[in-house]
Amino acid sequence: MNGYDLIVVGAGIVGACCADEAAAAGLRVAIVEPATVGGGATACAMGHLVAMDDDPAELALARLSLQAWEAFSELPEAEFSRCGTLWVAASADEAAGIAARVARINASGGEAHALDAQQLREVEPALAPDLCAGMLAPREAVVYPPRMAQHLVRRACARGAALHRRAVQRLGRGGAVLDDGSVLRGPVLVATGCALPRLLPQLPLRPRKGHLVITDRYPGQLRHQVLELGYADSAHGSDGSSVAFNVQPRPTGQVLVGSSREFDVDDAAVSPPMLARMLQRAFRFMPALRELQAIRAWTGFRPATPDGRPYLGAVPGHADLWVAAGHEGLGVTTAPGSARLLLDLILGRTPAIDPAPYAPSRVLP
Amino acid sequence: MTAHASVRLQVDGQPVEVPEGASVAAAVARVAPTRFRDSVHGAPRAPLCGMGVCFECRVRIDGRVQLRACMVPVREGMQVDTHG
Repeated sequence: MNGYDLIVVGAGIVGACCADEAAAAGLRVAIVEPATVGGGATACAMGHLVAMDDDPAELALARLSLQAWEAFSELPEAEFSRCGTLWVAASADEAAGIAARVARINASGGEAHALDAQQLREVEPALAPDLCAGMLAPREAVVYPPRMAQHLVRRACARGAALHRRAVQRLGRGGAVLDDGSVLRGPVLVATGCALPRLLPQLPLRPRKGHLVITDRYPGQLRHQVLELGYADSAHGSDGSSVAFNVQPRPTGQVLVGSSREFDVDDAAVSPPMLARMLQRAFRFMPALRELQAIRAWTGFRPATPDGRPYLGAVPGHADLWVAAGHEGLGVTTAPGSARLLLDLILGRTPAIDPAPYAPSRVLP
Repeated sequence: MTAHASVRLQVDGQPVEVPEGASVAAAVARVAPTRFRDSVHGAPRAPLCGMGVCFECRVRIDGRVQLRACMVPVREGMQVDTHG
């Protein structure tokens, strides 16, 4: 019989981080992934490492995670680029909220500064001239998520983890049954993102579709990851569809342009009307984007929970069954902190942050 | 037979004269038939499809980068840079 200390189901960025953390802690680890490692939402993501300050629990998880990401800042596989995050105000209301946001981020151990209109233009000349205020988080960065997931799985395997290229057919008592009928015995951690309902249908999760566009290489065109301050309203709103300005300079000089959000869409095809709406929003903030040549557009699905927070912890009613899924658009940022918290809980260590806001029991009767 | 008017432009600083209606790619070919642009890894590149699909003929024209030379008609006084 195969016996493991932890069976990690799913090798996206979240599962990869959990497997790596568990292997580093000396556990006998199995990783179960039938498809490409880091090939789901991880491969569609922007790879922006960002602290969102509008939910204290999310901010704590992001802070823990951003500290952990620093260990990879020199790793070639991470393609870590410290471009910083520049938030821009589209209205006087948003500008008025900047001081409080700066204070929250600095109080959490991060770094942020308010910028006036002139400073905004100095740090990012291509922005629309009518934008009046912004906030810069200079230590934030971008990475290349799928390559990072593959690195973490390789590292876990170098520490003894076993990678099973099968799908989990069902969760059994004391383990997992694979689609070839074989059984892996040991505690199970489900980290399957949007596929969560297949194994844990009791935890509500909806796919939230997004579009991204990447341009040809225009070095120097954009210096920071730039988002509109209203981004969180789009990200956290429960509207059927929304768009928000979010652009990123890749280390190649390419510009990654987002973002869109749609519930209740199964079709993964690029939607021209949604793409047009997203780009119109981006042009409003950065008119120079109109001149750039886009070379590819794609979509992805974010795993969204009802309250926007991931499920991290024990699955109620089952012994030795854990979950780390539902990170929506922040899975790359918060994967390392999620892994740390899960391993704290699994090993009975004092949790690095309060686990209560993420407990899966919150959505169950 | 109609005689075409000529258009004068510069490719990498060299003057060239081509018939009106010619593409920038044709003008580049007249100046540097074996040299176009380099890929990001330094490999030589040249027009392949000639119809705007392959993107191999990208040049800088009057300061605008990443334009497909095969799709842009020449204009008098144009400054074309194949390594822009």
